Amino acid sequence: MSHQSPIIGTSPIRKEGRAKVLGEAQYIDDLSLPGMWFGATVRSAVARGTIRSITFGEEINWDAYCIVRPADIPGENTIVHLTKDHPCLADGMVNHPEEPILLIAHPDKIALLAALKAVHIEYDELPGVFTIEESEAAVENNDAARIIWPGSDAGGTANCFRQYLMYSGTAEETEDGIAAAFEAADFIIEGEYATGAQEQLYIENNGVIAECFRDATGNIESVCVRGSMQCPYYLVHALTLVFNLPEEKCRVIQTETGGAFGGKEDFPSVIGSHAALLAMKCGHPVKITYDRAEDMAATTKRHPSRTRHRTAVSKDGKLLAGTIDFAIDGGAYATLSPVVLSRGTIHAPGPYKWPFIRVRGKAMATNLPPHGAFRGFGAPQSIFGIERHMDKIAKTIGLTPEELRRRNFLTTGDTTATGQLLSDPVDMQHMLTRALNEAGYHEKLARFAESNKGSAIKRGVGFAAFMHGAGFTGSGEARLNSVVYLDALPDGRAQILVSSTEFGQGTQTILCQVGAQALGIAYEDVIFHQPDTKFVPNSGPTVASRTAMIVGKLIERAGKKMLETLRAAGLSEHHSSDEFKACVKSYLAEHGTLRSSVRYEPPTKIFWDDQLYRGDAYPGYAWAVYVAEVAVDLNTYMATVTRFDALQEVGKVIHPVLAKGQIEGGVAQGIGYAIYEKCMWKDGRMMNNQMTNYIMPTSADLPPIHIHFEEVPCIHGPEGAKGIGELPMDGPAPAILNAIENATGIAFNTIPVLPEDIFERLTSLGHPHGGSEDFNLTVDRDTRVEEVTA
Amino acid sequence: MTSITFTINGTTKTIDVPPMKRLLDVLREDLHLTGTKEGCGEGECGACAVLLDGELVNSCLVPALQAEGAKLCTIEGVSTEGRLHPIQQCFLEKGGAQCGICTPGMILATQHLLDKYPNPTMEQIQEGLAGNLCRCTGYMRIFEAVQAAATITDPELAGTSR
Repeated sequence: MSHQSPIIGTSPIRKEGRAKVLGEAQYIDDLSLPGMWFGATVRSAVARGTIRSITFGEEINWDAYCIVRPADIPGENTIVHLTKDHPCLADGMVNHPEEPILLIAHPDKIALLAALKAVHIEYDELPGVFTIEESEAAVENNDAARIIWPGSDAGGTANCFRQYLMYSGTAEETEDGIAAAFEAADFIIEGEYATGAQEQLYIENNGVIAECFRDATGNIESVCVRGSMQCPYYLVHALTLVFNLPEEKCRVIQTETGGAFGGKEDFPSVIGSHAALLAMKCGHPVKITYDRAEDMAATTKRHPSRTRHRTAVSKDGKLLAGTIDFAIDGGAYATLSPVVLSRGTIHAPGPYKWPFIRVRGKAMATNLPPHGAFRGFGAPQSIFGIERHMDKIAKTIGLTPEELRRRNFLTTGDTTATGQLLSDPVDMQHMLTRALNEAGYHEKLARFAESNKGSAIKRGVGFAAFMHGAGFTGSGEARLNSVVYLDALPDGRAQILVSSTEFGQGTQTILCQVGAQALGIAYEDVIFHQPDTKFVPNSGPTVASRTAMIVGKLIERAGKKMLETLRAAGLSEHHSSDEFKACVKSYLAEHGTLRSSVRYEPPTKIFWDDQLYRGDAYPGYAWAVYVAEVAVDLNTYMATVTRFDALQEVGKVIHPVLAKGQIEGGVAQGIGYAIYEKCMWKDGRMMNNQMTNYIMPTSADLPPIHIHFEEVPCIHGPEGAKGIGELPMDGPAPAILNAIENATGIAFNTIPVLPEDIFERLTSLGHPHGGSEDFNLTVDRDTRVEEVTA
Repeated sequence: MTSITFTINGTTKTIDVPPMKRLLDVLREDLHLTGTKEGCGEGECGACAVLLDGELVNSCLVPALQAEGAKLCTIEGVSTEGRLHPIQQCFLEKGGAQCGICTPGMILATQHLLDKYPNPTMEQIQEGLAGNLCRCTGYMRIFEAVQAAATITDPELAGTSR
């Protein structure tokens, strides 16, 4: 290696930062192509029904417009994810409000508005289902009229996109163990926990510009889509089917992306296909950008969920056995729901030792717009369940939340619920001790217990302990088979070519740090190629907390490989950046090019069984304890978070400033998820699809957020780094609700908790104005406790 | 169409536009100043914030007519000949910009805040930026950037945006 001082672990200026602070960064709506038209989408006004007629108002000169109908689609009418149930344009039948039916383009953006209003669609409406419970009821009652999704050969059944059954051992031995444990238990504790939908609310809406190219005979030769997105190759895949073109004829370019959070993982396949179809039909480049109302009403959100726990516990606080039923609302089409369900199912047991556990997961169909990826991807939902339930168990059996967790934490050498051996060091006991100390938890518990007496402001503290798997689940990374390129450039710098995208989280910066350190050259001498599928290989999607760990490791390997080549060409063992450049130049003079191409190699020790749903679920886990401090005002019924401490073990921290920013931003979204952000639905349609009435936290709403890291290097990531992107979304909601229970004595088991929810609970308990009473409620309405008498 | 004259980033311009056209669209479409972003179109998010006679306004809510005779400053007018303003430098160094889409509005809000309170308290920072939504940072890095910028007094750059 070189004598360069380490770059990983320092905080260089982010690569694209200068353009961003100058306002020079070019987002999709800042771009224009010659002769470009604008596109818009005619959407369903009903949740479910058949289309009886479509008429075009006479007040519009339709000859000036381009209209795309399902019949215009040259390939398959589908937006492919895991199955092909999701049409690109509804053909005869609609299954959710805002479902795309027709596409319209015109050279003048303003002229589109009148045209959209002049398309009249009549429907024969069909009954819909709008909640997990309604969808289940239709199946249970054999209500054929409300079977809204027929099942598929990809693993679904009527109204259910996918089910998983996960056992801590073989099915038989686990069921026997559960039965025996429930017989012998001192306590059996049940609880039900629910989470609402959440809007990603990236500040830049979805948008793309598409072009379609024809050969001399007029046949479609290729398409090109540029836009705001996370996963260029997902869109390539979608375009190959819609246009019946080979991959190399479907070019996708990611432009500067103004936030994504999962909301631009699967959805760009929809808007990208739409714009490309309009470009094909009208013969011009076509831009589609949604406005805020359309983006919020029509695009994906976090899956609503319901988690049911039934737990056998001994009186000394040992978890003996548990059953967990985890259900998510997938919306009208399967999209990514089976994978979201998978992550949620695997994370449902939390960071605890379960002698026997069974987790059932299911993703139900409803007539809502399809729910999709959002930071955490199922884990925040099921972790909310387990971490609220642990506080419930503690309260029931008379232990502190801290002590109950201490008696059940997973530790080094244990196996997880999927049977994964934790061979890397895990020390949740220390994590909990440190997090509680950093937050001043014990001192505050005592102080608030005193100060709450006689005060209308009830203060409390609560925490959540959790883990989050980095990378694709199970055999996912092996299937992705990611490739990266590292090129030596004529000026002696190195260039990273990957399909991993920057959308604020720091992809460009951290990958360049990894590349620079591996090559032993300056950070400034490594640059990042725009993700353009004409040039970059498929290094997988930018999702699942995989970029730093998986793609970073590939870049590290590519760097080492390039260095070997250059060493053989005479580069000295302790080279400087200048010597590296000189060596590259002479190498290129002789050989023309120098590209280091590296493909993912599955670790030999990792095994996953897709059928039994057992094995090594993730190559690495981040571990965390988050502590929330809250104040609940009994006059306004408002809960606010007054301080937040987030401690996590994430392997080597590549860029401390970016890492802190990632965690703080995730915590802020988690606070929003817990106490501010509520999607209001009516017959499957989002009613508050505006920033005016969907409330995300502002700078005035957030408390000081204190970030603490522990670093235990992991062999699967570059210099030991693990993924951190999704982790901070998992902990805030249960920590905050645990703190609210500590403050008020009231157990809220559904998020979000808004002032009206607190009002409703307080008034229903006979405390119309809150005031000075000290609550000491032992019973809460969502939980049933059986005390088993021997 | 109405003829409107205003000073933008130090240059006087006269343009013909429909009087009720949003100032945001005038900036982006007529003047090609695309640093000003649209986030919500209803004055909630502050991505389109600009300074109009020194006041922070959401340009999506301002009809072009209202800019007649005004002095406007957009993100393009904050730096000087490619040299970053201290606020921009601090956002860069402290991690105040992540995805960058709220950054232009946030920097102008910071400029406005520091003009009003050269040494702002944390409460003044939180209130002063409350009209500018950021979904990435959780605001903590932005607060640090604002505090750092407040300690920099650079006579060469003082007041360049006004």
